Amino acid sequence: MTPTARWRIARLVAAKDLRIEWRSRVLINQVLPFAGVTMIMFAFALDASDVLERVAPGLIWLATLFSLLVLVQRAFAVEADDGALDALRVAGVDPIAIFWGKSLALAAQLAVLEVVLVISAVLLYGADVPVGGVVLLVTTLVAATAGLACVGTLYGGLTAGFSGRETLLPLLILPVVAPVLIGATRAVESALGTGGVALSEGWPWIGLLAVFAVAFGVGGALAFGPLIEESN
Amino acid sequence: MTTTDTEPIADEPIGNRQHGTGTRATRLLGVATIITMGWLVAFGLGFSPADRDQDEAVRILYVHVPTIWLAYLAFVVTAIGSGLYLFTKKHSLGFDRAAGASAEIGVVFMAVTLAVGMMWGRITWGVFWQWDARLTTTALLFVSYIGYLAVRNLGGSHEQRAKRSAVVGLLIVLEIPLVHFSVRMWRSLHQEASVLDTDGDIDMDGLMLFSLFVGVVAFTLLYVWLLLHRTRALAMQDMLDDRGLDVALAARRAEGVAR
Repeated sequence: MTPTARWRIARLVAAKDLRIEWRSRVLINQVLPFAGVTMIMFAFALDASDVLERVAPGLIWLATLFSLLVLVQRAFAVEADDGALDALRVAGVDPIAIFWGKSLALAAQLAVLEVVLVISAVLLYGADVPVGGVVLLVTTLVAATAGLACVGTLYGGLTAGFSGRETLLPLLILPVVAPVLIGATRAVESALGTGGVALSEGWPWIGLLAVFAVAFGVGGALAFGPLIEESN
Repeated sequence: MTTTDTEPIADEPIGNRQHGTGTRATRLLGVATIITMGWLVAFGLGFSPADRDQDEAVRILYVHVPTIWLAYLAFVVTAIGSGLYLFTKKHSLGFDRAAGASAEIGVVFMAVTLAVGMMWGRITWGVFWQWDARLTTTALLFVSYIGYLAVRNLGGSHEQRAKRSAVVGLLIVLEIPLVHFSVRMWRSLHQEASVLDTDGDIDMDGLMLFSLFVGVVAFTLLYVWLLLHRTRALAMQDMLDDRGLDVALAARRAEGVAR
C-alpha cells in the first residue's frame, strides 16, 4: 500500500473517531470536567499556593496522563462494543492506517485537553506563560502528545474487547509513559520559568520526547496489525 | 438429537502419562540447588568478613546482587522467548510458556532484590529509597513485568495469549532504555557497580567475592530449576484447558444421545 493511500485511510479513521466524539460529547462533558476536578483536588492535597506554582508543570502532565487513560478506554470501547474493529478488519482496512488514524484522533483530543489544563494552571495555580517560552511550550505539547497518543492506541488495541481492560490499562500504560512525564514536566518547567529554570534547559528534553514518539510510533504501527487481527 | 458419531473420550489416555513436573535431571538440579544454597548461607553469614564501611550489612549483597542479575537474565529470556514465538514460522507455544515462566521468576527475584535492597539502603544510606536512576528504572521495570503477567491472564485462546504477551514482552524491551535514559537525565546517585565496572579489575575482598560467586551460582541453579518446573506446569495447565473443553463437549454430546 502506498503511503498516500495509507494516509488517506488514516485521515478517514481519525475523522470517524472525532465525529463520534463530537456527537457523543464525551470529551467535553466528561473528560475535560474530570481533568478540571483533578486540578482542584491537587490544590487541596498540596494546599500552599507557592507550592502549587512550583509544581504546576508536573500537575498538568499528571492530569493529562489520568485523562489519557479515560480517553483510551473510550476510544476502544467505541470499537469493541459493536464489533466495529472486526468490521474494519473484515472490510480490509489496513491495520497500520487504523493505528495512525486512531492515534491522530486521540492526539487531537489530548491537545484540546492539554490546552485547557495549561489555561487552568494559569488561572488556578498562578503559573504564568512568558512570551519567550511559548515556542518551547507548544513544541513540548506536540512532541509529548504524539508519544502519548501512540502508546495509548497501542495498549488500547492490545486490551480491546477483554473484560479486565479497565483495570489493566493503567498498570500497562503508566510505567511506559514515565519518560514522557519526566521529559514533558522538565520542558514545561523551563518554558514557564518555574523555580528559575532557564529556557535553554528545556530543549534537550524535547529530544527525549521526540525519540519516545518515534519509537512507539514505529513499534506501535508494526505491532498493531498482529494484535487486532486476533482480538475478539 | 440423533447423532451417532460420538466417541467415548472418558478413558482415553492424555499424551504421556507423566505425573508431576519432576524428572531425574530436575531432581538432581534441585539437590544441587539446596546444597549451594547451604553454602551461600555458610559463606554469606559465616565465613565472609564484615565490611569496613558497611559492617555486617554487606552480607545483604550476597542475595541482592545475584537476584538482580538473575532477574535481568530472566527478562532477557522472556524477550528471547517472545521474539522466537513471534518470528518463527511454527509459532510454538513452548516459547511462549518459557517466556511466561521466566517472567514470573524474574518478578519474584526482582521483588527480593528490591526488598533486601531497601533494608540495605536503610542501614547504609539511612533511607529506604533514593530517587536514583538505577533504583527508579528497576521499580518501573518491576511494575511493567507485573503488567506483562496480567496480560497473560487476560483470557482467550492460548494463541491469543501468546501473541499478545509476546508483543508486550518485546515492547518492554523498547521501554527499558527509554525509561533508563530519562531517569538518568533526571538524576543519578546509585553506588557505582563494584564488580562489573569498566576498568576490568575487581575491587573486593577475596572471600567476599567468593561468597558473591556462591550466591550467583546458587540463584542461577534455583532459576533454572524453577524455570523447568514452571514451564512444564504451564504446559500441563494448557493441556488441562484443552482437555477440559473436550470433556465438556463430550458430556454435552452424550446428553444429546441419551435423550
